[in-house]
Amino acid sequence: MTGSGIGARVRRKEDKRFITGRGNYTDDINRHGQTHAVFLRSPHAHARIVSVDTKAAMAAGAVAVLTGKDVADAGINGLPCGWLIHNKDGSPMKEPVHPVIAFDRVRHVGDIIAMVIAETKNKARDLAELVDVDYEVLPAAVNAVEALKPGAPQVHDDVEGNLCYDWHLGEREPVDAAFAQAAHVTKLDVYNNRLAPNAMEPRAAIGEYDRASDEHTLYTTSQNPHVIRLLMGAFVLGLPEHKLRVVAPDVGGGFGSKIFHYAEEAAVTWASKVVGRPVKWTSDRSEAFISDAQGRDHHTHAELALDKDGRFLAFRVSTVANMGAYLSTFSTSIPTYLYATLLAGLYATPAIYAEVKAAFTNTVPVDAYRGAGRPEACFIVESIVDKAAHETGRDPAELRKLNLIPASAMPYQTPVALQYDSGDFVKNIDDALKVIDYDGFPARREASKKKGMLRGIGLSSYIEACGIAPSAVAGALGARAGLYESGEVRVHPTGSVTVFTGSHSHGQGHETTFAQIVCERLGVAIENVEVVHGDTAKIPFGMGTYGSRSLAVGGVALHNSLEKVIAKGRKIAAHMMEAAETDVEFKDGSFRVAGTDKSLGFGEIALQAYVPHNFPHDELEPGLDETSFYDPKNFTYPNGCHICEVEIDPETGVTRIERFVAVDDFGNIINPMIVEGQVHGGIMQGIGQALCEDCIYDEAGQLLTGSYMDYCMPKADMVPFYEVGTNVVPCTHNALGVKGAGEAGTIGAAAAVINAIRQATGVEDIQMPATSQRVWQAINASAAKAAA
Amino acid sequence: MYAFKFHKPSSIEDAARLFSGADDARYLSGGHTLLPSMKLRLAGPSDIVDLSGIDSLKGIKVEGDKVVIGAGTRHNDVALSAEVRAAIPALADLAGGIGDFQVRNRGTIGGSIANADPSADYPAAIVGLGATVHTNKREIAGDDFFTGMFETALEDGEIVTAVSFPRPKRAAYMKFPNPASRYAVVGVMVAETASGMRVAVTGAAPSVFRIAEMEQALASNFSAEAIEGITVPADDLNSDMHAAADYRAHLVGVMAKRAIAKAAG
Repeated sequence: MTGSGIGARVRRKEDKRFITGRGNYTDDINRHGQTHAVFLRSPHAHARIVSVDTKAAMAAGAVAVLTGKDVADAGINGLPCGWLIHNKDGSPMKEPVHPVIAFDRVRHVGDIIAMVIAETKNKARDLAELVDVDYEVLPAAVNAVEALKPGAPQVHDDVEGNLCYDWHLGEREPVDAAFAQAAHVTKLDVYNNRLAPNAMEPRAAIGEYDRASDEHTLYTTSQNPHVIRLLMGAFVLGLPEHKLRVVAPDVGGGFGSKIFHYAEEAAVTWASKVVGRPVKWTSDRSEAFISDAQGRDHHTHAELALDKDGRFLAFRVSTVANMGAYLSTFSTSIPTYLYATLLAGLYATPAIYAEVKAAFTNTVPVDAYRGAGRPEACFIVESIVDKAAHETGRDPAELRKLNLIPASAMPYQTPVALQYDSGDFVKNIDDALKVIDYDGFPARREASKKKGMLRGIGLSSYIEACGIAPSAVAGALGARAGLYESGEVRVHPTGSVTVFTGSHSHGQGHETTFAQIVCERLGVAIENVEVVHGDTAKIPFGMGTYGSRSLAVGGVALHNSLEKVIAKGRKIAAHMMEAAETDVEFKDGSFRVAGTDKSLGFGEIALQAYVPHNFPHDELEPGLDETSFYDPKNFTYPNGCHICEVEIDPETGVTRIERFVAVDDFGNIINPMIVEGQVHGGIMQGIGQALCEDCIYDEAGQLLTGSYMDYCMPKADMVPFYEVGTNVVPCTHNALGVKGAGEAGTIGAAAAVINAIRQATGVEDIQMPATSQRVWQAINASAAKAAA
Repeated sequence: MYAFKFHKPSSIEDAARLFSGADDARYLSGGHTLLPSMKLRLAGPSDIVDLSGIDSLKGIKVEGDKVVIGAGTRHNDVALSAEVRAAIPALADLAGGIGDFQVRNRGTIGGSIANADPSADYPAAIVGLGATVHTNKREIAGDDFFTGMFETALEDGEIVTAVSFPRPKRAAYMKFPNPASRYAVVGVMVAETASGMRVAVTGAAPSVFRIAEMEQALASNFSAEAIEGITVPADDLNSDMHAAADYRAHLVGVMAKRAIAKAAG
């Protein structure tokens, strides 16, 4: 290994350009002759569009004003949904049309009414005010549970009762039978609050059309440019892929919100041909709050059955998930296959049944947001386990350990479709308890009490299914896509290497970690490795980055290509050194004939590959450039234990996080520093959900928390220095033994925080976000109850 | 943002003249409310008269028992001023708790009080310390300056030039910030001044207000215990998704007690 190989804390190669302001984000790109688009958006959550009059805007100098009618006239299709869910009775879910520009109805605040194109952005804004829209305002469905009740306003005429699907997983009878035998049943109702993703870089898109070549280019803030090319090209605009290039350059954070194919991408691509000039759009922050797909928003009732010894007998869960106004690209899979499949958590619960109803409402569409279904599952499981511990007088850590799946049971088939391959869950908890000094907690609690403060400690043991996914499994479950990943290794004549990956970095540090894998395997210096991603004209077809999959799928594709490069290099070396191929071994960057002192460096082999003066061309091709597509055998299962210790001021209800410990199993780790960064950021987002972030809609469907004045992002001074460690149990089914680390922090953190608050206050019914007001009210209500 | 004419005068007289000669002018100081409103197209003044080029509006002077702060003085200049810290530490604390460092580097005391945001911190200092607001036309007693939500005694075009704070015997400001915006959900200034006790509350109601009952109680016993049981009626307080009126009413009591304890040292 060089000093930059696997396991080294290499500083991120990409940071020089980011820190010095030299990143190249979509909004940094300006094309010759470009125009600027502004989207006129509905101010109403639900309204009939009586008329849209664009004449005044055109007369005042618009390059074009395009409406829903123009979209329909151009034969443009609606935005597709990528995952088909079936109802309990086997019938398919309802998929109402998701128009690129609204035609006769608007269904959420922010729904697009018209696209106004002008010479400058400010001019386009001025002109957008001249577009005269006549609305007939309709009552809005906002809350998902209310939307499913009879008489609720209908979001789509062709979706009766606003029900997208009524789905289930697991077997109901054994669960019900187990409940009948239970010594204790714990019940819990939870609302998992809706979140706005808030990537630092707002979305942006530039469409460009080249009349001479008939080629379209879309520059966009995407986590997966090939997915956008496929969805937009094949399903929405009808553009052949060889004439459509999608570039996702530097992307400033995604958290899932930049996976999806958005209307604006199709609109600028189409419009650039209509107006004959490039069309650029950049969202502002206010617009992001009403147009970026949001996350979570589950109403859940859960019940856990325990025997007299505290062993879990069965678990049943009923969830209503809010889809928002339309089906965003992967929306339907989040509260189903990315949620209910994780309801076993880390526990050997023998019987589990989950049912999920998905509802349309007049709110911004909901889709994957960091963790995507798995934080919701973890929150339910870890909340109810704590409540069961409190109700039955058991220590929450002990109740967990009693029910954990032991390492010896691996591989373990859960009752909800997944097969965990590896993990030592008991050790995660034991390590975390030791770090936080769990035994010392009562003394710390006493010390807080003396100051008039309440102290609590909360555990959360999570598992997630990552490295999404085996295509065969995804396909069987309704995915309309495969979920492999590609990686090309192009060795240049002088021995430097360019890697082309189908995954995409929008903050994860691929340019460093993927280079480290190359260093490790080929022995080349890290500065001689370049990692290219994000441009369909450069990279092989790839599925992009989400679900903590880059390393576990894309990294393995890269690994496989490196193996092919070495195999080819061995052939070349054998030829050069006149040895049998089987006698050539590759180690530390050199090909050596075993048992001799004959060797050739990797650089010499690379040069020979491109200067093949005496190659036996029947047996040996020139060049050293290999591509692999890797389709995983299983999901990967990162897991861990988070423990949060809080101190609450009972006078104000303010929660202060005193300590946060995380022990995670991500399998093998390429760059510990980057992994720690991912964990820190993930925990921060989990704490954000637990303590302050909240999309609050009023009854009319207006988002009340539509700016940073009201939507509370977690801030550095709200958290302590995290204490993070790892417990490495390599993944058993991929070549790198890696599991993925991107979402773990977010998945585990929220339940740890809330459990700590529950313990500190003695109030079980603490809903997220646990704002100071909520905590204060809960303490008061509890005190009043105790006094009564 | 709509188009507007931009002026940057170097004297108060020029500023006032430019303002009165325009259709719909606004003065610009720190710009923390005005500029976001303009960017969101919620405000579209015809003319912006930038006051930041007027040197006489800037600076801090300690004159006998008074601290005089120019209206164009930035929050951080107040927060980090050794003279303010020595004379009225509660005022330095209050300024140092406004927004974040970036906000404090731009925002000004004159801009803040002229805007009269119900959740701003400075109103608690103006009223709680019994300050006097100086304008280009007159002097206005702090108690008379704030007249309602975003409303002041300032006439159209009148410019705040400075604020003078009498040095209190003791004072402290305690704030319960909105975790999103860092504005005051409730902020309480408690001061023992030459003219008596003052307890001024910002954030809780449409405009800053004093609590006479607490002031009377403190006059005979300057301790947190003295105001035990004194409450403000929730009916008159702001109520929104961040803090209902009853929570705000409760926080007024908590912040007042903490301010008293801090002032009592």
